[in-house]
Amino acid sequence: MDTDEIIDALASFSLFADLTGTDLQAISHTFEEESFAEGQRILRQGFGGTGFYLILQGEAAVVIDGQERTRLSRGDFFGEISILLGEPPSADVTALTPLNCLVLPRDELTGWLATKPSVMLRMLQTEVRRLRASNRWRS
Amino acid sequence: MAQLDGPYPPGDYQAVVVGSGPGGLQTSYYLHRRGIRHALISSDDAPGGMFRRFPIFQRLITWSKIHAPSDKSTERYEWYDWNSLLADEAELRSLAPSFMDGTSYFPARDEMENQLVTFAERAEVACRYGCTWESTRREDDGHFVLSTTDGEYRAEVLIFATGMAEPWKPTGIDGIEDVPHYVELGPPESYQGRSVFLIGKRNSGFELADGLLPWARQIVLASPRPVRMSVLVHSSAAARARYIQPYEDHVLGGGNAVMDAAIERIERTSEGFEVHAQGTTRPGSHVFEVDHVIAATGFTTPLGDLRSLGMKTFFQDRLPSQTPFWESTTVPGIYFAGTITQGSIGLKKYGHPSGSSAVHGFRYNARVLARHLADTRFGGGPDRPEVAPKDAIDHLLRAATRAPDLWNQQSYLARALERTPDGSFADVGAVPLAHFVDSYESDAIAITVETDADGDIHPAVYIRRGDDVTEHLLDSAHLHDYETKAHREQLTALLGGWI
Repeated sequence: MDTDEIIDALASFSLFADLTGTDLQAISHTFEEESFAEGQRILRQGFGGTGFYLILQGEAAVVIDGQERTRLSRGDFFGEISILLGEPPSADVTALTPLNCLVLPRDELTGWLATKPSVMLRMLQTEVRRLRASNRWRS
Repeated sequence: MAQLDGPYPPGDYQAVVVGSGPGGLQTSYYLHRRGIRHALISSDDAPGGMFRRFPIFQRLITWSKIHAPSDKSTERYEWYDWNSLLADEAELRSLAPSFMDGTSYFPARDEMENQLVTFAERAEVACRYGCTWESTRREDDGHFVLSTTDGEYRAEVLIFATGMAEPWKPTGIDGIEDVPHYVELGPPESYQGRSVFLIGKRNSGFELADGLLPWARQIVLASPRPVRMSVLVHSSAAARARYIQPYEDHVLGGGNAVMDAAIERIERTSEGFEVHAQGTTRPGSHVFEVDHVIAATGFTTPLGDLRSLGMKTFFQDRLPSQTPFWESTTVPGIYFAGTITQGSIGLKKYGHPSGSSAVHGFRYNARVLARHLADTRFGGGPDRPEVAPKDAIDHLLRAATRAPDLWNQQSYLARALERTPDGSFADVGAVPLAHFVDSYESDAIAITVETDADGDIHPAVYIRRGDDVTEHLLDSAHLHDYETKAHREQLTALLGGWI
């Protein structure tokens, strides 16, 4: 994907729905693009030092203790809970297809979110939805 | 008609390596050591790759410490010498400092080029120069055919060490096509008394700014992302300390500026250029009237027709997506060497990238790749010395303290011991850490070196028991000496039952 395609993709993600074109261009430069092969792990349960990932292309599985819990695809994000809580990830995230992500290093996430309150709010909404889904799953 | 005179004429080989920069030379050297029958070809007419011309201001950003604590003939000296190619023979090691005139910690470009030419001569790394790769196809039996100006090469494996060698400009900036790229910089004196707008705040942007400081009237560096400095983010891939004088000038109000801004468009005027930009860190519209605009926006990988074989790319289509062993994730049999190997991300702990973008990192990748190809495709030798359980702790801590590959490829390469059925260990040498934690198939221990979020450097131990892999950080230490009683006790406790 070239810069324009990445910005177009970002513009379509609900997480960034309130941002301007300049904001999106800044994100396309601030986040690094990374690529993973099918089957490759991106987050590893119990391993520290991971980042915040936003899926540009492809699909990934969230796996806890070897059991798949959910799937993530274009526009979904992961890794933020580990960073915000200062703990290693509690799940593996594994690429189910060739996967391209934008990545922000862990030490840059909180500062970046503080400059983008609308993103923080939308991230919070997503977390609440995930929590609700998780509670439904448990019950 | 195939050209048959000279080294490596067209024909059948086990592997073909393309490129005669440090990545290609290092790879060819280790393929020879592993007995892999290969051809090395290059469109250039001499060794050196990008170092035959760049950096543009003729001095590298990677150091070679002429007066170091270790003798130049030892492996340990590689820690202090980021520019020499590796060799098993003592007389071929550490060539870079032998060409340096001693006035700088950093080799001049021609000093670097000289060491590469000399390495190729002394190590007898032959190359078919002036042979240009033109197209690629895959045959029904899985072998590749590489068409070149000299004829066709057929091989099971292709290794591209062609560098990130093509100038690259981003899309989305109107008018950027009208401004010169970094590689087209004029003589520095031609910027005397002029204002210069540099697009980009990575090393190439700061290199130009630093070089033009004595000449230009005013310099503005701009890109959307705030500067990431190596000394703050603990990464050799970030803007290096050697070039940050323009940043100090900006911070102290010297008249030059370093801005976080997204460039919208560049317009020609009768006097020069108008650059229209939007602030990112600090919102606001800006218009800069300048004499010159230069795109210091980096380079891309010359991949020729490889995308037509299904090769997946990323990083704005500039790098091929790679496995931990630097193989295309979508076209098996095509591998990469040299600076392209930065496309194999690894664990990137705490956001720190590998050292694979520069010689000090990718030279070790070449050694690991040659061994991997020998082991998996062409028949490897029994190159796994036994380590008795009583010696395993010292073996691992010695590696964490002294092994230059672990220090130059932190959290990326690891030294591993595999547990054998009789309860002893086999030394399997250096392996990509991502391979060890995700797909290694035996019980084993790996040790690497890792910089944490606070900048402390630790030995990091990974223990694989069946499918379960655990991660453990040992204590950091002043002067990085981990061969201590306390570290032995920590590691012994982790390996309970195995030693």
